[in-house]
Order: sequence, then structure tokens, then C-alpha cells
Amino acid sequence: MTLIRAGLMLLFLLATLSSSGAAESDLHAIIAKFATAKGFSEIGTVVHELTATGDAAVERPLSALADGNLYIRKADSLVFIGKEASDSVQLSDPLGGEASGEATKEDVTKIKVNNTLRRVIRDALGTLTLGAKDPTVRIAAADTMFKTPDAANIEPLETAIASETVASVKAQLEQARAASVLVSDRPEADKLAAVALIGARGDRDAVSLLTSVEASASGAVKDAATAAIASIDSTLALWDAGQNIWYGISLGSVLLLAAIGLAITFGVMGVINMAHGEMVMLGAYTTFVVQQVIRTSFPALFDWSLVMALPLAFLVAAFVGLVIERGVIRFLYGRPLETLLATWGVSLILQQAVRSIFGPTNQEVGNPSWMSGSFDVGQLAITWNRLWILVFALTVFGMLLYVMKRTPWGLQMRAVTANRRMAASMGIRTPWVDALTFALGSGIAGIAGVALSQIDNVSPNLGRGYIIDSFMVVVFGGVGNLWGTLVGAFSLGIVNKVLEPYAGAVLGKIVVLVLIILFIQKRPRGLFALKGRAVEA
Amino acid sequence: MRGNFATITKMFSASVVAAGLMMSAPAKAADDTIKVGILHSLSGTMAISETTLKDAMLMLIDEQNAKGGLLGKKLEAVVVDPASNWPLFAEKARELISKDKVAAVFGCWTSVSRKSVLPVFSELDNILFYPVQYEGEESERNVFYTGAAPNQQAIPAVDYLMSEDGGSVKRWVLEGTDYVYPRTTNKILEAYLKSKGVAAEDIMVNYTPFGFADWQTEVSAIKKFGSAGKKTAVVSTVNGDANVPFYKELGNQGIKAEDIPVMAFSVGEEELAGLDTAPLVGHLAAWNYFESVDTPENKKFIADWHKFIKNDKRTTNDPMEAHYIGFNMWVKAVEKAGTTDPDKVIDAMIGVSVPNLTGGYATMMPNHHITKPVLIGEIQADGQFETVSRTPGLVMGDEWSDYLPDSKDLISDWRKPLSCGNFNVATGKCGGKGTN
Repeated sequence: MTLIRAGLMLLFLLATLSSSGAAESDLHAIIAKFATAKGFSEIGTVVHELTATGDAAVERPLSALADGNLYIRKADSLVFIGKEASDSVQLSDPLGGEASGEATKEDVTKIKVNNTLRRVIRDALGTLTLGAKDPTVRIAAADTMFKTPDAANIEPLETAIASETVASVKAQLEQARAASVLVSDRPEADKLAAVALIGARGDRDAVSLLTSVEASASGAVKDAATAAIASIDSTLALWDAGQNIWYGISLGSVLLLAAIGLAITFGVMGVINMAHGEMVMLGAYTTFVVQQVIRTSFPALFDWSLVMALPLAFLVAAFVGLVIERGVIRFLYGRPLETLLATWGVSLILQQAVRSIFGPTNQEVGNPSWMSGSFDVGQLAITWNRLWILVFALTVFGMLLYVMKRTPWGLQMRAVTANRRMAASMGIRTPWVDALTFALGSGIAGIAGVALSQIDNVSPNLGRGYIIDSFMVVVFGGVGNLWGTLVGAFSLGIVNKVLEPYAGAVLGKIVVLVLIILFIQKRPRGLFALKGRAVEA
Repeated sequence: MRGNFATITKMFSASVVAAGLMMSAPAKAADDTIKVGILHSLSGTMAISETTLKDAMLMLIDEQNAKGGLLGKKLEAVVVDPASNWPLFAEKARELISKDKVAAVFGCWTSVSRKSVLPVFSELDNILFYPVQYEGEESERNVFYTGAAPNQQAIPAVDYLMSEDGGSVKRWVLEGTDYVYPRTTNKILEAYLKSKGVAAEDIMVNYTPFGFADWQTEVSAIKKFGSAGKKTAVVSTVNGDANVPFYKELGNQGIKAEDIPVMAFSVGEEELAGLDTAPLVGHLAAWNYFESVDTPENKKFIADWHKFIKNDKRTTNDPMEAHYIGFNMWVKAVEKAGTTDPDKVIDAMIGVSVPNLTGGYATMMPNHHITKPVLIGEIQADGQFETVSRTPGLVMGDEWSDYLPDSKDLISDWRKPLSCGNFNVATGKCGGKGTN
């Protein structure tokens, strides 16, 4: 008895083995057709043939194709997945993934894809990965199928819904099914339920889908779609307002970062420093150099590059600031016009120096992984880099406030600003306080450069774009008051971003400028004027 | 540096002239050279793009000298720095022609700098080779346009997006920097799209200032515009520096090329060099040349460039190819005319044909524009473009757009006896006016 059972098992095993082997060789035969396919449409035909097999194993070659990692070896026209190293390509089997040696770049040709093909592959992978183990892959699959509804999807989706255990994935699958129901010839009641389900989703994709339904459907379904769109639109309008405020806060944090160093050199010391923007640029270039070193020597530490660049950028910019103060500015205290011209000249020298050393073109500063991408809060997409810059700007502000208000050095700084001669009589070495204050302001501009390298060009002109805005923030907020700079930066940011959707970026900026001019007419000392003895300066 | 200071205050202009005299003094002694002027900004905002063109010109002149020069004489480059300052372009052009007595000038990038030097070139009767894609609506006797006219870049790009391969786009965002090139190009594109049956509500036009850095509002507006159930694409005439933050924001807000592709007219290999291109794979650009084009001429050009600039990471780009074509055309025309006299060279230029770098020939047409292939490329992860579409033949540059009411009747033909840059075929008179 046991013998027979064992024999049967063996037979069964053999049968399954050989059948899967046959399937694999079939797949290999289809994949081999990539080598002879000419043009995007023929490659598309092969892709369709692969997906028609319904075998989940085609996922590997198809995603490789979409990522541009599928290669043909010229010698024998075999298709491989390739991983590019510096000058060679590591080949592996398109189905099994076993390593198959390596080749030089001249020995292989990459199979080209365009956007249409990428879309075809993504849609095909959607259906194939519905049963994947990883819930995030299943969600991605449901999302793709939601965006590309097809009546043929209903059946596989229903099977997937029945076996789904994670509630959030199940909800997504049901929405995808509803989307497919809307383009099928199911009865009206089913379609109405589907519209209700999609309407409850309430995001832009839902509007997009319902708009096309509204255009093609008729009767009750059309009315239901119109009503659903209207209700989603009204909630989205609220989210839009929230989004504008968030964009404003984020722009405000950038302005704050750029202006905060100037709030020290211009606000506290009264030096019109036109080279402030170049300190920001030096900070950004320090980040670039740090990343270059990390890329070539310690690639594993790349995510830490910004943290490492911060102290270095501070030191570099502070040192240059110190040299400028000792070399130029200290001879010009009390002569604002000359200071303006001299620092303008310094800014040009710095720009040209950077241009000579690093070249005139943009340098690539990468985003560490924790600063890439975005996450959703309701219907609000918040990008990680903006959020981190906001946190960073507030931290820098807090630290600066602490230094100014709670340390002996800050006390001396404030004393010198309030009454230089009295401070000198009390034994404070005012020239050194001046030099260190200027270095501090410059150093802070340097660390601002680290943050700004994440959202802007790293080019010799980087500083130019921020100098006007920085002065605007400091003057608007009130010269000599750190809190004024904070409030000034955020209010300018928010006003700018709330105006932008209505007035456009160009007109918005002009309106903000006119508003500031009017405001300064009314309150020449800005939002928070410094009261007391410092004012007469 | 000296150009820079001159922009701040005229105070330094005396020293500039002095320095200029000193530079040209030894050159005057050698009468057996032919001088070629290079008028590209080496400082200021445009230095980022124009410095490369200056270097490319120096390389081309070096190579020509190695081949034995021109008409038995050596070529000599005279480099000046107009410092991204438009009026200074006119001053420097005058200096090149009157004082240095150059035979031809290669230069300018922005349209406004070109407009500022036009009167100087027609007054002093010299030749300018302009290497950058531009908005058209111009044809001057003294200027040869080796960059693309709108019909050699913008219109084929839109045609591609409308085709099945390009995704059958039905809804359009025209995003640009606020100055003359994007505004005129977008006017032409709007008229063209409407002539193809696109409804007005399916076109969104938006402009941002130069060097714009905060794209959050614009990108989310694009996202919103794209969620109307129709295939949407962005046609971008965003210029220079503003592109990097634009693409970073697109990447961060998760706009994929498969969903909303961005077709750019001012983004080339140089701009991508400052970017992490992994999130941008699949976004498009339309040019007449890509560094990735696989031809023997291009391979040689890239190798020469790396050798000349001593850095094999430096990219090549479309305006460099335009200078390559323009310079070779000028050399050929001078040989044909047997003299460097601008009047004779201008006449000899028309009909001159030289190989381009993409495996074809560029011919100078009677309207002073050249024939070019149009390539559409997709951004790859390595910062290069992969050609996904190419016009079957060469496209002739059309200076006066057929899609603008003001210029549709105008033609340009600098051959005798017509010799007119703005001939109105409806009225039969020379002297029509275009859109700007």
C-alpha cells in the first residue's frame, strides 16, 4: 500500500516537474523573440504574448525590461537581465535569475523601451502581481488596475478579494473592481454601487475616473457620477487651501534659512553684506565635495552625507566670513555705501573663484533616501525634503536664539549692538565680537546652503537667487530682531503661495513686492521694530 | 573678471578698454592670421551654458589650424566676455568688428542678446552665427541661424506626443519661463494645437520667472490638470537653472513619465549633469542632436572634446553641434569665395552643405536657416537621452511661422534679386512684420 502511494507520489512529482519545465522553456522561447523584435510595436507584441501566458514568472523579465535592464548578447542573440557595473554588465537568466557571467558593454545591446511600453508593462504586471506575498505589491497592483479599468479585470479581482486577508488591501481591491465594473456591461445597480464606492475614495484619481464615466455613461449612472464629482470637488477645494498654506510654510522655511544668517550680519551688526548669498553657495559646494568623497570612498555612508556636510559647511563659510570681516569689512564700519560695493565685489570674486575651480556647470548633489519621495496626509501630498527643511530651519532658528539669549557670547554680541562704546568700556573686546558675530552669520548661511542644495541648483549663481529675498525678509521682519525674521519669512512665504494659484508666479511675486513697499512706507522699521538705544544707528 | 566689473559700474570701463587694447596689440602685428570672434558670456547667469560653447569654438579653431588653417593663413580666436549683460553684447560685438577686425563672429545664447547685437552687425556688415534653438520670427542678412526654428523642434515634438507612440496626448500644459522665446513658441504651439482640434479648455499656459526655485504650486496644478480623465502632457520651455528644481519637484511629487510626460525644449545633457536622473527616466526632450547618437562623426567629436577639455565626464550638446555645423559651413564658404570679406561670404554661404553629427547633411537655405533632423529622446538613468523617434528626412528651418496670423504670409530669401528677409507674398512687398 505504502509502496503504491510512494510510487504515485513520485509519478505526480515527476509530472509537475516536467510540466513546469515545459512551461519554462515555452517562456524562454517567447523571451528569445525580444532579440529579433524590431521597433517598439514588435517589442509590445512580445510583451503581450508573455503576459498572455498568465505565468507569474514573467514578472522578473518584464520589470527588468521596464527598468531598461534587459539585454541581448550580440554573439548568440540570447536575452539576459543585466546589471551595469563601471564598464561591464553582469548577466543573469531572465526567468530563474541565475548568474550567467558578465560581458563588456560592447558585447550586449540594451532593449529600448518608451513610455507607451512602460505603461503596457505596468498594466500587465498589475494583473500578474495580484497574488503577490508582499501587501505593498498587491496595493500597487490594485492601484494600477484602478487607473486602467478593464472589464476583463473583474474576475481576477473578485478571486483576489475573496482570498484577501488584509483590510486595507481589500478596500483597494474593491475600488479597483468598482472601476472595472464601470467600464463593463454590468447592470445599472452594480454600476451605481461602484460610483458610490469610488466617490467615497475622494481623491484626484477618483475624479479622473468619474469624469470619463460621466462623459460616456447615461441616465442614473451619469447623474450619480456628476453628483459624486461635485462632492469630491468641494472637499478637494478645502484640501487645496490647506495645501497652499503648507506650500507657503515650506517656502517660508526656505526663506528663513536663507535670511537667518543675514539677520545676524545685517540685522544685528548692520553690515549690508551682498556676499551673503555666496556663503550659502559655499555651503552647497561643501555638500557637493563631501558627497563626492563619500561616493568614491565610502558609498555605504551616502545617507549620512548631509549630516557630515553640516559642520564642514559651517566651518568653511564661517572661515571665509571671518577673512572677509578681518580683511575688508572692519575698515568700513559706519560707511554703508562702501560696504555694499565692497561686499558686492567680494561676491563676484567668490562666484568666479568657484566657477574656475568647479566649472560653470551645475554639480549634482544627490538626495539621501530619507529625503526623497512624499507621503499623504488626507489628500495632501507632503514631500519629505520640504518637511525636513522645515524641521531643520526651525532647529537652526532655535539654536541661534539660544546662543543669542542664553550664552555669554550672545550677551556680548547684544551689548556691542546696543551700545558699542559702553560695551567697550566694560571690557568687551568689540573687534573680536564683531569678527565672531560675522563668522557666525556666515557659518549659518553655510549650513543653509547644505539644505538648499537639496532643492536648488548647485551652481556658482546659487547665491544670487536668494540675496534679494533674504534682505526682503529681514527688512520686512524688522532689522535686529530674530523673531521678526521668523514671522517675516513665514508670512511672505504664505502670502506668496496663496496668491500664486490665482495670480501666477510672475504677478504673485510683483504683488508681494508692492505690498512690502507699501508696508515699509507705513512702518519703516518693519514688523517688529527694535526699541531702545539701538534704533538711532 | 573684467567683464564682470564693467557690469557693476562704468567706473571700470576705462580699465576694460585698456585691457582690451593690450590684448589685441600683439594680434595686430601678425597680419597673416584670420580672426574669428567668440561672443559668449563667461561670467554671470548665462556662463553656465555659454562657457561650453566658447570652449567648443576654441577646439574647432584648433582643429582647423592643425589641418593647415584657412586660405593658407592660421585662424586666431578673439574671445570677449559680454558677462550675461545684454547691452554689453552690443558693445563687445562692436569692439570685435571695428577694433579686432574679425572675419566672422560666433556667439549669443539668449534671444535678447541676439536682438541687442543685430543693429551692430548690419551697420558694420559682419557675420554672426547663432547656435541656439529660438522662437523664429526673424531673418537677417548678417545672421546665420544654425539652431532650430520652432518647426524644427516644437512642432515635431508635439506631433510625436499626439501620435500613438507618444501616448496620444489630448490635454496640454504649456509651461515656460517668462520671456520672449517661451512666449512666442507657446503662441505658435497654441495656434497649432487648436488647428489640430484641441479645445481651449484642454490647454493650460503658465509662466514662471527666471531662476524660479519653488515649483510646488505649479507641479500640483499640473497634477490637478492631468486628472481630468484625458491623457495629459507638459510641454516645457522652462529655461536653464529653473529646470533642476522643476524636475526635482516632479520626482518628489511622484509624477511619472508614463502618466504625465514632460517634453522639454531647453533641457539637454548639460542641464541633466546637475541632476539625479533616476526619477526622471522617460521624460522627453526634442533636439536635433543627442550625445548618445551612435555615428562615427559623433564618436570622434566626443573623443576630441574630451581630449580638448581634459575631462571625460563633460557632455556634448545640441548648440555645440550647431557651432560645429556653422563653423564648417563658414570655412567652406570662405574657401568657395576665396576671401573672408563678409559680403562675399554671405552670398557664398547659401547652398553650402556640410555633414552634421547625426549621420546626415546640413544645408544652408536661402532664408539663412539650415536643414536638420528632429530627434525625440527619453531621459535615461545615466543622464543621457535615448532616441525614441526621429523625423524620416531633414526638416527645413521655417523662420516665419505658418501658424501665426501676423507672419503666415511672410517668406525670406536672401538670394538676389529678392534679397529680403521679410517678403510678404500677399502684398508682394518687402518689409512685413512678424509677431515680435
